[in-house]
Amino acid sequence: MSYATQKLAEEKVFKDPVHRYIHVRDQVIWDVIGAKEFQRLRRVKQLGTTYLVFHGAEHSRFSHSLGVYEIVRRIVDDSFNGRPEWDASERLLVLCAALLHDLGHGPFSHAFENVFNLDHEEFTRKILLGETEVNEILKRVSKDFPQKVADVIAKTYGNKQVVSLISSQIDADRMDYLQRDAYFTGVSYGHFDMERILRVMRPREDQIVIKSSGMHAVEDYIMSRYQMYWQVYFHPVSRSAEVILTKILHRAKALSKSGYDFAQQPTHFQGFFDGTFTLNEYLALDEGVLMTYFQLWVNEKDPILADLSYRFVNRKLFQYIEFDLAKDYMKMKELELLFKKAGIDPEYYLVFDSSSDLPYDFYRPGEEGERIPIHLLMPSGEIRELSRESEVVEAISGKRRTDHKLYFPEDFLTEDGKKKALKKQILDLLK
Amino acid sequence: MLEEHAKIIQFIGAADGITGRKKLQKMVYIAKKLDYPYKEKYEFHVYGPYSHELTLRVEELCNMGFLQEDRQDKGSYVQYKYQMTDAGEHFTQMAQLEEAAPALVECISQMKNKSSRFLELVSTLLFFDHLPKEEQIEKLHAVKGKLNFTEEEIADAYEFVMNLMNMRTIH
Repeated sequence: MSYATQKLAEEKVFKDPVHRYIHVRDQVIWDVIGAKEFQRLRRVKQLGTTYLVFHGAEHSRFSHSLGVYEIVRRIVDDSFNGRPEWDASERLLVLCAALLHDLGHGPFSHAFENVFNLDHEEFTRKILLGETEVNEILKRVSKDFPQKVADVIAKTYGNKQVVSLISSQIDADRMDYLQRDAYFTGVSYGHFDMERILRVMRPREDQIVIKSSGMHAVEDYIMSRYQMYWQVYFHPVSRSAEVILTKILHRAKALSKSGYDFAQQPTHFQGFFDGTFTLNEYLALDEGVLMTYFQLWVNEKDPILADLSYRFVNRKLFQYIEFDLAKDYMKMKELELLFKKAGIDPEYYLVFDSSSDLPYDFYRPGEEGERIPIHLLMPSGEIRELSRESEVVEAISGKRRTDHKLYFPEDFLTEDGKKKALKKQILDLLK
Repeated sequence: MLEEHAKIIQFIGAADGITGRKKLQKMVYIAKKLDYPYKEKYEFHVYGPYSHELTLRVEELCNMGFLQEDRQDKGSYVQYKYQMTDAGEHFTQMAQLEEAAPALVECISQMKNKSSRFLELVSTLLFFDHLPKEEQIEKLHAVKGKLNFTEEEIADAYEFVMNLMNMRTIH
């Protein structure tokens, strides 16, 4: 028996709060889960700073990755099994891609990537193809297997059905994170009838379609997604924490560049500050390492680094107001000047931030589309785009919702001390 | 303040308007691959490299009135044209952005003169630039089989990239 088809002597199960059990029979999957690069995902939270708002949201990318794997396993082993339009030889590939799709995420992914201009997808590829334990395991399947897994995750793999299971508007990734994030945040949104959706998914030509009898379950899924984005993912307090986190990293980078003598040398960051970091240095970073630095930087001499670190560690976050930059960008300039006069550096303490989401979209002919549409399989065998059939989905199709906020440290402006009149002027502008 | 937004306004201003969302996506991607300082993240999509961040930025800039979007009905399809507005120009001045480098302006102009099909070809090859040339072409055919790119077109694409790179070095 080849390594690719080798089964464990006994099925292994992971107890999971969302799917009850995650089932593993394949030796390759079991070995990949044990690889150190995959185990690192235990130390990267799925929702970054959201735990500062929803205290239960401490779950990791490890548990999400297992969840995505389990959903795909159920699709290919149950729903698609024996169907002529599904190529069963792709089974192990799609399972590995599901398990490893988030492998390159760094600590506090979004903020970290933003400051150091990185892309987690590139790191996923580097980990899959580099000198790593995961690569060693995948190579045992076949020499080109790591590249195939990388291609599926990068959406450049030839079989589009395989890509769609991991990445489309109704994929295993979203189905897991909506339910998992709802469970751990404790919100009542994010729930939908996944069992129904899995039962009505069908492989057709180069895509995955949904039997029209499952349309209402899909409507529910899309509305769940919409609500989760605005109630959880874009929560303004969580964004405030992320703004501060981003500014800590910016400040540390700027100080390093200026030759500042850190009391606590930022050894783990040095390669990121000067752009010389290696893959192993990237893998050595996790959220525990970052939090340790933040706690130590609370005592740094630099008042900005110390203050921002204190704020993040102790959840003393920035206040925010709605801010329409289009109308008020002159006001923004005025605020920047007043902040400088008040001795508060606007680079770190006056931050404009936007959130935006498009709940569902479909291609318009001849133009660049961003989403692979959801297609329904009608009883006649005809394929119809979802929003043509569902009035609920049609109502939100292509409609982007955007939210702009301006973040600032209100406590700096209200505390007793010098420049009271100036600070009052700032507060009046921020009303 | 919104430096990345300002760079996009400047890019479209330097092109004196860009017609086609696909064209805009590919032009910014190619410039980014040539090490011009654009931070938008790209993923592979139906028409090659595509940035959700760029789409978002352009939409925001249109909402802010810094870019103007004109919808042109072409019968079987719709095309969008983007232009910098006076308010957009003022905004880039307020953002105190460095003037676009002459090499970048020339690069933008050369890309603008190419078809979006050609830019899709160039950007797809650049997406696979970590692979040896033969594998890049193999990959191009695997993901863009339906477009039937000819050997001549592919050779032109490589020459085009080489010219843009030389231009960057000379300037």
